[in-house]
Amino acid sequence: MGYSFNFGVIWARFDVFLLGLALGLALALAALAIGTILGLIAAFAAQAGGLRRRLVAIYVSVFRNTPLLVIVLFVYFGLPHWGLRFGKFESFILALAVYSGAYLTEVFRAGLDGVPKGVIDAGRAVGLHQFALIRLIVLPIMLRNCLPALGTTFISLFKDTSLAAVIAVPELTYEARKLNTETFRVAEAWATASVLYLVTCLMIAQGLRLVERRFPKF
Amino acid sequence: MAHFLHEVWIARFALLQGLALTLWLSVISICVGTVLGVLGGIALTYGGRFTRWPVRAVVDALRGIPVLVLILAVFYLLTFAGINFTAVQSGLIALSLFSGAHMAEIVRGALSAIPQGQIDAGKALGLSPFRIFLLVLLPQAVRMIIPVWINTGAELVKTSTLLSVIGTGELLFRTQEIIGRNFMTLEFYGLAGALFFLINFIIEKAGQAVGRRFALR
Repeated sequence: MGYSFNFGVIWARFDVFLLGLALGLALALAALAIGTILGLIAAFAAQAGGLRRRLVAIYVSVFRNTPLLVIVLFVYFGLPHWGLRFGKFESFILALAVYSGAYLTEVFRAGLDGVPKGVIDAGRAVGLHQFALIRLIVLPIMLRNCLPALGTTFISLFKDTSLAAVIAVPELTYEARKLNTETFRVAEAWATASVLYLVTCLMIAQGLRLVERRFPKF
Repeated sequence: MAHFLHEVWIARFALLQGLALTLWLSVISICVGTVLGVLGGIALTYGGRFTRWPVRAVVDALRGIPVLVLILAVFYLLTFAGINFTAVQSGLIALSLFSGAHMAEIVRGALSAIPQGQIDAGKALGLSPFRIFLLVLLPQAVRMIIPVWINTGAELVKTSTLLSVIGTGELLFRTQEIIGRNFMTLEFYGLAGALFFLINFIIEKAGQAVGRRFALR
Protein backbone atom coordinates (compact mmCIF):
# COMPACT_ATOMS: atom_id res chain seq x y z
CA MET A 1 0.00 0.00 0.00
CA GLY A 2 1.66 3.18 -1.14
CA TYR A 3 1.41 5.26 2.01
CA SER A 4 4.25 7.71 2.35
CA PHE A 5 4.70 9.49 5.63
CA ASN A 6 4.54 13.26 5.62
CA PHE A 7 5.20 14.78 9.00
CA GLY A 8 5.34 18.28 7.42
CA VAL A 9 1.56 18.58 8.00
CA ILE A 10 2.08 17.81 11.66
CA TRP A 11 5.01 20.17 11.99
CA ALA A 12 2.99 23.02 10.47
CA ARG A 13 0.40 22.57 13.23
CA PHE A 14 2.62 21.42 16.02
CA ASP A 15 1.87 24.51 18.11
CA VAL A 16 -1.84 23.62 18.03
CA PHE A 17 -1.00 20.11 19.23
CA LEU A 18 1.09 21.49 22.07
CA LEU A 19 -1.67 23.94 23.04
CA GLY A 20 -4.10 21.00 23.08
CA LEU A 21 -1.71 19.10 25.33
CA ALA A 22 -1.40 22.09 27.69
CA LEU A 23 -5.20 22.42 27.78
CA GLY A 24 -5.48 18.72 28.70
CA LEU A 25 -3.03 19.20 31.56
CA ALA A 26 -4.91 22.29 32.76
CA LEU A 27 -8.25 20.43 32.69
CA ALA A 28 -6.74 17.53 34.63
CA LEU A 29 -5.19 19.88 37.21
CA ALA A 30 -8.44 21.79 37.73
CA ALA A 31 -10.39 18.55 38.11
CA LEU A 32 -7.78 17.15 40.50
CA ALA A 33 -7.92 20.30 42.64
CA ILE A 34 -11.72 20.21 43.00
CA GLY A 35 -11.72 16.42 43.27
CA THR A 36 -9.18 16.60 46.10
CA ILE A 37 -11.41 18.95 48.07
CA LEU A 38 -14.45 16.72 47.45
CA GLY A 39 -12.46 13.61 48.34
CA LEU A 40 -11.11 15.13 51.57
CA ILE A 41 -14.56 16.27 52.69
CA ALA A 42 -16.06 12.87 51.86
CA ALA A 43 -13.25 10.91 53.54
CA PHE A 44 -13.55 12.90 56.78
CA ALA A 45 -17.36 12.77 56.64
CA ALA A 46 -17.26 8.97 56.29
CA GLN A 47 -15.18 8.79 59.47
CA ALA A 48 -18.04 10.37 61.39
CA GLY A 49 -20.11 7.27 60.65
CA GLY A 50 -23.91 7.00 60.60
CA LEU A 51 -25.86 8.73 57.85
CA ARG A 52 -22.83 10.64 56.58
CA ARG A 53 -20.91 7.42 56.08
CA ARG A 54 -23.78 5.95 54.08
CA LEU A 55 -24.12 9.07 51.90
CA VAL A 56 -20.39 8.95 51.11
CA ALA A 57 -20.68 5.24 50.26
CA ILE A 58 -23.49 6.05 47.80
CA TYR A 59 -21.49 8.90 46.21
CA VAL A 60 -18.40 6.70 45.76
CA SER A 61 -20.38 3.73 44.46
CA VAL A 62 -22.42 5.78 41.95
CA PHE A 63 -19.50 7.64 40.40
CA ARG A 64 -17.08 4.72 40.37
CA ASN A 65 -19.57 2.50 38.60
CA THR A 66 -20.79 4.95 35.95
CA PRO A 67 -18.76 5.54 32.77
CA LEU A 68 -17.07 8.94 32.67
CA LEU A 69 -18.35 9.61 29.15
CA VAL A 70 -21.96 9.21 30.33
CA ILE A 71 -21.30 11.66 33.19
CA VAL A 72 -19.71 14.18 30.79
CA LEU A 73 -22.65 13.98 28.37
CA PHE A 74 -25.17 14.13 31.23
CA VAL A 75 -23.58 17.30 32.63
CA TYR A 76 -23.13 19.03 29.28
CA PHE A 77 -26.40 18.07 27.54
CA GLY A 78 -28.64 16.95 30.38
CA LEU A 79 -28.24 19.46 33.21
CA PRO A 80 -29.37 22.48 31.12
CA HIS A 81 -32.87 20.94 31.39
CA TRP A 82 -32.72 21.71 35.10
CA GLY A 83 -31.54 25.24 34.30
CA LEU A 84 -27.92 24.37 35.11
CA ARG A 85 -26.13 25.60 31.99
CA PHE A 86 -22.32 25.44 31.85
CA GLY A 87 -19.86 26.07 29.04
CA LYS A 88 -18.07 23.05 27.60
CA PHE A 89 -14.88 23.67 29.62
CA GLU A 90 -16.76 24.10 32.91
CA SER A 91 -18.99 21.10 32.16
CA PHE A 92 -16.01 18.87 31.52
CA ILE A 93 -14.10 20.04 34.59
CA LEU A 94 -17.22 19.55 36.73
CA ALA A 95 -17.80 16.02 35.39
CA LEU A 96 -14.16 14.99 35.78
CA ALA A 97 -13.93 16.57 39.26
CA VAL A 98 -16.98 14.76 40.63
CA TYR A 99 -15.77 11.52 39.04
CA SER A 100 -12.25 11.85 40.44
CA GLY A 101 -13.63 12.88 43.83
CA ALA A 102 -15.15 9.41 44.19
CA TYR A 103 -11.80 7.72 43.52
CA LEU A 104 -9.93 10.18 45.74
CA THR A 105 -12.34 9.53 48.62
CA GLU A 106 -11.09 5.94 48.69
CA VAL A 107 -7.48 7.13 48.40
CA PHE A 108 -7.86 9.51 51.35
CA ARG A 109 -9.71 6.97 53.46
CA ALA A 110 -6.81 4.57 53.04
CA GLY A 111 -4.44 7.44 53.82
CA LEU A 112 -6.39 8.27 56.99
CA ASP A 113 -6.17 4.66 58.13
CA GLY A 114 -2.42 4.91 57.68
CA VAL A 115 -2.02 7.70 60.24
CA PRO A 116 -0.66 6.06 63.40
CA LYS A 117 -3.01 6.37 66.38
CA GLY A 118 -0.07 7.27 68.60
CA VAL A 119 0.65 10.62 66.94
CA ILE A 120 -3.02 11.61 67.26
CA ASP A 121 -2.94 10.77 70.97
CA ALA A 122 0.31 12.72 71.24
CA GLY A 123 -1.37 15.73 69.61
CA ARG A 124 -4.26 15.51 72.07
CA ALA A 125 -1.83 15.18 74.94
CA VAL A 126 -0.16 18.49 74.07
CA GLY A 127 -3.63 20.06 74.08
CA LEU A 128 -4.40 20.52 70.35
CA HIS A 129 -8.02 21.14 69.41
CA GLN A 130 -9.73 18.93 66.82
CA PHE A 131 -9.12 21.40 63.95
CA ALA A 132 -5.48 22.05 64.82
CA LEU A 133 -4.98 18.32 65.26
CA ILE A 134 -6.22 17.66 61.72
CA ARG A 135 -4.38 20.59 60.15
CA LEU A 136 -1.03 20.10 61.88
CA ILE A 137 -0.79 16.35 62.34
CA VAL A 138 -3.33 14.26 60.43
CA LEU A 139 -3.33 16.09 57.06
CA PRO A 140 0.46 16.28 56.53
CA ILE A 141 1.02 12.60 57.33
CA MET A 142 -2.04 11.50 55.39
CA LEU A 143 -1.22 13.57 52.28
CA ARG A 144 2.32 12.20 52.26
CA ASN A 145 0.92 8.66 52.47
CA CYS A 146 -1.43 9.45 49.58
CA LEU A 147 1.18 11.06 47.33
CA PRO A 148 1.82 8.02 45.09
CA ALA A 149 -1.92 7.39 44.67
CA LEU A 150 -2.57 11.08 43.97
CA GLY A 151 0.10 10.92 41.29
CA THR A 152 -1.40 7.92 39.51
CA THR A 153 -4.84 9.55 39.76
CA PHE A 154 -3.45 12.68 38.09
CA ILE A 155 -1.94 10.62 35.25
CA SER A 156 -5.18 8.76 34.68
CA LEU A 157 -7.18 12.04 34.82
CA PHE A 158 -4.81 13.50 32.24
CA LYS A 159 -5.53 10.54 29.96
CA ASP A 160 -9.25 10.94 30.65
CA THR A 161 -9.16 14.54 29.37
CA SER A 162 -9.15 12.96 25.89
CA LEU A 163 -12.90 12.46 26.41
CA ALA A 164 -13.35 16.24 26.30
CA ALA A 165 -12.89 15.89 22.51
CA VAL A 166 -16.39 14.41 22.40
CA ILE A 167 -17.94 17.73 23.48
CA ALA A 168 -15.56 19.65 21.17
CA VAL A 169 -13.10 20.94 23.76
CA PRO A 170 -10.00 21.62 21.63
CA GLU A 171 -7.53 19.42 23.52
CA LEU A 172 -4.98 17.07 21.98
CA THR A 173 -7.32 14.25 20.92
CA TYR A 174 -9.72 16.76 19.34
CA GLU A 175 -6.87 18.37 17.38
CA ALA A 176 -5.53 14.99 16.22
CA ARG A 177 -8.99 13.98 15.07
CA LYS A 178 -9.47 17.29 13.26
CA LEU A 179 -6.13 16.95 11.48
CA ASN A 180 -7.02 13.36 10.61
CA THR A 181 -10.30 14.27 8.94
CA GLU A 182 -9.00 17.42 7.25
CA THR A 183 -5.74 16.12 5.78
CA PHE A 184 -6.17 12.31 5.87
CA ARG A 185 -2.69 12.06 7.42
CA VAL A 186 -4.09 9.23 9.55
CA ALA A 187 -0.91 7.55 10.74
CA GLU A 188 0.89 10.82 11.44
CA ALA A 189 -1.99 12.36 13.38
CA TRP A 190 -2.46 9.38 15.73
CA ALA A 191 1.25 8.62 16.06
CA THR A 192 1.92 12.23 17.11
CA ALA A 193 -0.96 12.30 19.60
CA SER A 194 0.05 8.93 21.08
CA VAL A 195 3.70 9.91 21.46
CA LEU A 196 2.79 13.25 23.04
CA TYR A 197 0.49 11.55 25.58
CA LEU A 198 3.04 8.85 26.28
CA VAL A 199 5.96 11.25 26.78
CA THR A 200 3.87 13.53 29.01
CA CYS A 201 2.71 10.61 31.20
CA LEU A 202 6.30 9.37 31.55
CA MET A 203 7.49 12.86 32.49
CA ILE A 204 4.76 13.27 35.12
CA ALA A 205 5.64 9.86 36.57
CA GLN A 206 9.32 10.81 36.70
CA GLY A 207 8.50 14.17 38.31
CA LEU A 208 6.42 12.39 40.95
CA ARG A 209 9.30 10.09 41.80
CA LEU A 210 11.42 13.17 42.47
CA VAL A 211 8.73 14.74 44.69
CA GLU A 212 8.33 11.48 46.63
CA ARG A 213 12.05 11.36 47.25
CA ARG A 214 12.03 15.00 48.36
CA PHE A 215 9.40 14.25 51.03
CA PRO A 216 10.37 11.01 52.77
CA LYS A 217 7.59 8.76 53.97
CA PHE A 218 6.50 9.15 57.58
CA MET B 1 -42.74 10.86 33.94
CA ALA B 2 -45.48 9.16 31.96
CA HIS B 3 -44.05 10.75 28.84
CA PHE B 4 -40.57 9.43 29.69
CA LEU B 5 -41.87 5.90 30.32
CA HIS B 6 -43.72 6.04 27.02
CA GLU B 7 -40.50 7.03 25.23
CA VAL B 8 -38.61 4.22 26.96
CA TRP B 9 -41.29 1.77 25.82
CA ILE B 10 -40.96 2.98 22.22
CA ALA B 11 -37.16 2.65 22.43
CA ARG B 12 -37.14 -0.67 24.29
CA PHE B 13 -35.69 -2.77 21.47
CA ALA B 14 -32.94 -0.27 20.67
CA LEU B 15 -32.00 -0.11 24.35
CA LEU B 16 -31.95 -3.89 24.72
CA GLN B 17 -29.85 -4.26 21.56
CA GLY B 18 -27.43 -1.66 22.88
CA LEU B 19 -27.25 -3.38 26.24
CA ALA B 20 -26.61 -6.74 24.58
CA LEU B 21 -23.82 -5.30 22.42
CA THR B 22 -22.23 -3.57 25.44
CA LEU B 23 -22.14 -6.86 27.35
CA TRP B 24 -20.95 -8.82 24.30
CA LEU B 25 -18.14 -6.34 23.58
CA SER B 26 -17.04 -6.41 27.23
CA VAL B 27 -17.08 -10.20 27.53
CA ILE B 28 -15.20 -10.85 24.27
CA SER B 29 -12.56 -8.22 24.96
CA ILE B 30 -11.95 -9.39 28.54
CA CYS B 31 -11.56 -12.96 27.21
CA VAL B 32 -9.12 -12.00 24.42
CA GLY B 33 -7.42 -9.58 26.80
CA THR B 34 -6.97 -12.34 29.39
CA VAL B 35 -5.29 -14.65 26.88
CA LEU B 36 -3.01 -11.81 25.70
CA GLY B 37 -2.37 -10.77 29.29
CA VAL B 38 -1.43 -14.26 30.51
CA LEU B 39 1.01 -14.65 27.60
CA GLY B 40 2.37 -11.14 28.17
CA GLY B 41 2.61 -11.64 31.94
CA ILE B 42 4.54 -14.92 31.52
CA ALA B 43 6.87 -13.23 29.01
CA LEU B 44 7.44 -10.33 31.43
CA THR B 45 8.19 -12.61 34.40
CA TYR B 46 10.14 -15.50 32.90
CA GLY B 47 11.20 -14.23 29.47
CA GLY B 48 14.79 -13.52 28.55
CA ARG B 49 16.01 -10.03 27.86
CA PHE B 50 14.95 -10.11 24.20
CA THR B 51 11.42 -11.26 25.02
CA ARG B 52 10.90 -9.08 28.05
CA TRP B 53 12.06 -5.84 26.53
CA PRO B 54 9.69 -5.61 23.52
CA VAL B 55 6.73 -6.85 25.58
CA ARG B 56 7.46 -4.24 28.27
CA ALA B 57 7.59 -1.50 25.59
CA VAL B 58 4.26 -2.54 24.06
CA VAL B 59 2.53 -2.91 27.45
CA ASP B 60 3.78 0.49 28.66
CA ALA B 61 2.80 2.18 25.40
CA LEU B 62 -0.72 0.71 25.51
CA ARG B 63 -1.10 1.80 29.14
CA GLY B 64 0.39 5.24 28.57
CA ILE B 65 -1.97 6.50 25.87
CA PRO B 66 -5.65 7.27 26.48
CA VAL B 67 -8.00 4.45 25.46
CA LEU B 68 -9.99 6.86 23.30
CA VAL B 69 -6.83 7.66 21.30
CA LEU B 70 -6.11 3.93 20.98
CA ILE B 71 -9.67 3.29 19.76
CA LEU B 72 -9.58 6.13 17.22
CA ALA B 73 -6.07 5.17 16.04
CA VAL B 74 -7.00 1.51 15.48
CA PHE B 75 -10.29 2.44 13.80
CA TYR B 76 -8.86 5.03 11.41
CA LEU B 77 -5.64 3.16 10.68
CA LEU B 78 -7.43 -0.09 9.81
CA THR B 79 -9.94 1.69 7.61
CA PHE B 80 -7.24 3.76 5.99
CA ALA B 81 -4.97 0.78 5.36
CA GLY B 82 -7.81 -0.63 3.27
CA ILE B 83 -8.48 -3.47 5.70
CA ASN B 84 -12.23 -3.55 5.90
CA PHE B 85 -13.11 -4.00 9.51
CA THR B 86 -16.44 -2.83 10.86
CA ALA B 87 -16.57 -0.38 13.76
CA VAL B 88 -17.43 -3.26 16.11
CA GLN B 89 -14.46 -5.32 14.94
CA SER B 90 -11.94 -2.50 15.23
CA GLY B 91 -13.45 -1.55 18.58
CA LEU B 92 -12.95 -5.12 19.77
CA ILE B 93 -9.32 -5.06 18.66
CA ALA B 94 -8.68 -1.78 20.51
CA LEU B 95 -10.44 -2.91 23.72
CA SER B 96 -8.71 -6.32 23.66
CA LEU B 97 -5.28 -4.69 23.29
CA PHE B 98 -6.13 -2.30 26.13
CA SER B 99 -7.33 -5.00 28.51
CA GLY B 100 -4.48 -7.30 27.42
CA ALA B 101 -1.91 -4.71 28.47
CA HIS B 102 -3.59 -4.27 31.88
CA MET B 103 -3.93 -8.02 32.39
CA ALA B 104 -0.26 -8.54 31.49
CA GLU B 105 0.71 -6.19 34.31
CA ILE B 106 -1.68 -7.94 36.73
CA VAL B 107 -0.42 -11.43 35.79
CA ARG B 108 3.19 -10.26 36.11
CA GLY B 109 2.47 -8.86 39.55
CA ALA B 110 0.81 -12.08 40.69
CA LEU B 111 3.52 -14.38 39.31
CA SER B 112 6.37 -12.36 40.76
CA ALA B 113 4.64 -12.35 44.17
CA ILE B 114 5.06 -16.14 44.40
CA PRO B 115 8.18 -16.94 46.45
CA GLN B 116 11.14 -18.48 44.61
CA GLY B 117 11.05 -21.32 47.18
CA GLN B 118 7.88 -22.64 45.54
CA ILE B 119 9.73 -23.12 42.24
CA ASP B 120 12.67 -24.74 44.05
CA ALA B 121 10.28 -27.09 45.84
CA GLY B 122 8.78 -28.07 42.49
CA LYS B 123 12.25 -28.76 41.11
CA ALA B 124 13.11 -30.82 44.18
CA LEU B 125 10.07 -32.98 43.49
CA GLY B 126 11.43 -33.55 39.99
CA LEU B 127 8.64 -31.70 38.15
CA SER B 128 9.29 -30.39 34.65
CA PRO B 129 9.22 -26.57 34.21
CA PHE B 130 5.84 -26.81 32.49
CA ARG B 131 4.38 -28.89 35.31
CA ILE B 132 5.85 -26.51 37.89
CA PHE B 133 4.02 -23.69 36.16
CA LEU B 134 0.77 -25.64 35.79
CA LEU B 135 0.65 -27.31 39.22
CA VAL B 136 2.55 -24.93 41.50
CA LEU B 137 2.51 -21.39 40.14
CA LEU B 138 -0.80 -21.17 38.28
CA PRO B 139 -3.13 -22.17 41.16
CA GLN B 140 -1.50 -19.60 43.46
CA ALA B 141 -1.49 -16.87 40.78
CA VAL B 142 -5.16 -17.43 39.89
CA ARG B 143 -6.14 -16.83 43.51
CA MET B 144 -4.44 -13.42 43.42
CA ILE B 145 -5.60 -12.54 39.91
CA ILE B 146 -9.34 -13.26 40.12
CA PRO B 147 -10.45 -10.30 42.29
CA VAL B 148 -8.42 -7.83 40.17
CA TRP B 149 -9.63 -9.57 37.03
CA ILE B 150 -13.25 -8.87 37.99
CA ASN B 151 -12.34 -5.21 38.59
CA THR B 152 -10.81 -5.06 35.13
CA GLY B 153 -14.05 -6.48 33.74
CA ALA B 154 -16.09 -3.71 35.40
CA GLU B 155 -13.60 -1.14 34.10
CA LEU B 156 -14.00 -2.59 30.62
CA VAL B 157 -17.79 -2.22 30.69
CA LYS B 158 -17.26 1.49 31.37
CA THR B 159 -14.54 1.78 28.74
CA SER B 160 -16.77 0.19 26.10
CA THR B 161 -18.90 3.37 26.11
CA LEU B 162 -16.01 5.07 24.27
CA LEU B 163 -16.80 2.86 21.29
CA SER B 164 -19.92 5.00 20.74
CA VAL B 165 -17.51 7.58 19.29
CA ILE B 166 -16.66 5.32 16.31
CA GLY B 167 -20.30 4.37 15.89
CA THR B 168 -20.69 0.86 17.30
CA GLY B 169 -24.31 0.45 18.34
CA GLU B 170 -23.58 -0.17 22.02
CA LEU B 171 -25.78 1.19 24.80
CA LEU B 172 -24.46 4.77 24.85
CA PHE B 173 -24.62 5.05 21.04
CA ARG B 174 -28.21 3.76 21.04
CA THR B 175 -29.04 6.24 23.78
CA GLN B 176 -27.65 9.07 21.66
CA GLU B 177 -29.76 7.92 18.71
CA ILE B 178 -32.87 7.90 20.90
CA ILE B 179 -32.05 11.38 22.21
CA GLY B 180 -31.60 12.53 18.61
CA ARG B 181 -35.27 11.69 18.11
CA ASN B 182 -36.94 12.90 21.31
CA PHE B 183 -34.37 15.42 22.71
CA MET B 184 -34.88 14.06 26.24
CA THR B 185 -31.19 14.42 27.11
CA LEU B 186 -31.48 14.51 30.89
CA GLU B 187 -33.78 11.51 31.13
CA PHE B 188 -32.04 9.23 28.67
CA TYR B 189 -28.44 9.98 29.66
CA GLY B 190 -29.65 9.43 33.21
CA LEU B 191 -31.18 6.11 32.18
CA ALA B 192 -27.96 5.04 30.42
CA GLY B 193 -25.98 6.02 33.50
CA ALA B 194 -28.33 4.06 35.74
CA LEU B 195 -28.06 0.95 33.53
CA PHE B 196 -24.27 1.09 33.50
CA PHE B 197 -24.29 1.64 37.24
CA LEU B 198 -26.48 -1.41 37.70
CA ILE B 199 -24.24 -3.66 35.57
CA ASN B 200 -21.09 -2.55 37.37
CA PHE B 201 -22.73 -2.66 40.79
CA ILE B 202 -23.62 -6.30 40.21
CA ILE B 203 -20.07 -7.05 39.01
CA GLU B 204 -18.65 -5.22 42.04
CA LYS B 205 -20.78 -7.20 44.49
CA ALA B 206 -19.97 -10.47 42.71
CA GLY B 207 -16.30 -9.50 42.84
CA GLN B 208 -16.46 -8.90 46.59
CA ALA B 209 -18.13 -12.26 47.14
CA VAL B 210 -15.52 -14.06 45.03
CA GLY B 211 -12.76 -12.09 46.73
CA ARG B 212 -13.93 -13.34 50.13
CA ARG B 213 -14.15 -16.88 48.78
CA PHE B 214 -10.55 -16.76 47.50
CA ALA B 215 -9.08 -14.85 50.43
CA LEU B 216 -6.03 -16.47 52.00
CA ARG B 217 -6.81 -17.72 55.45
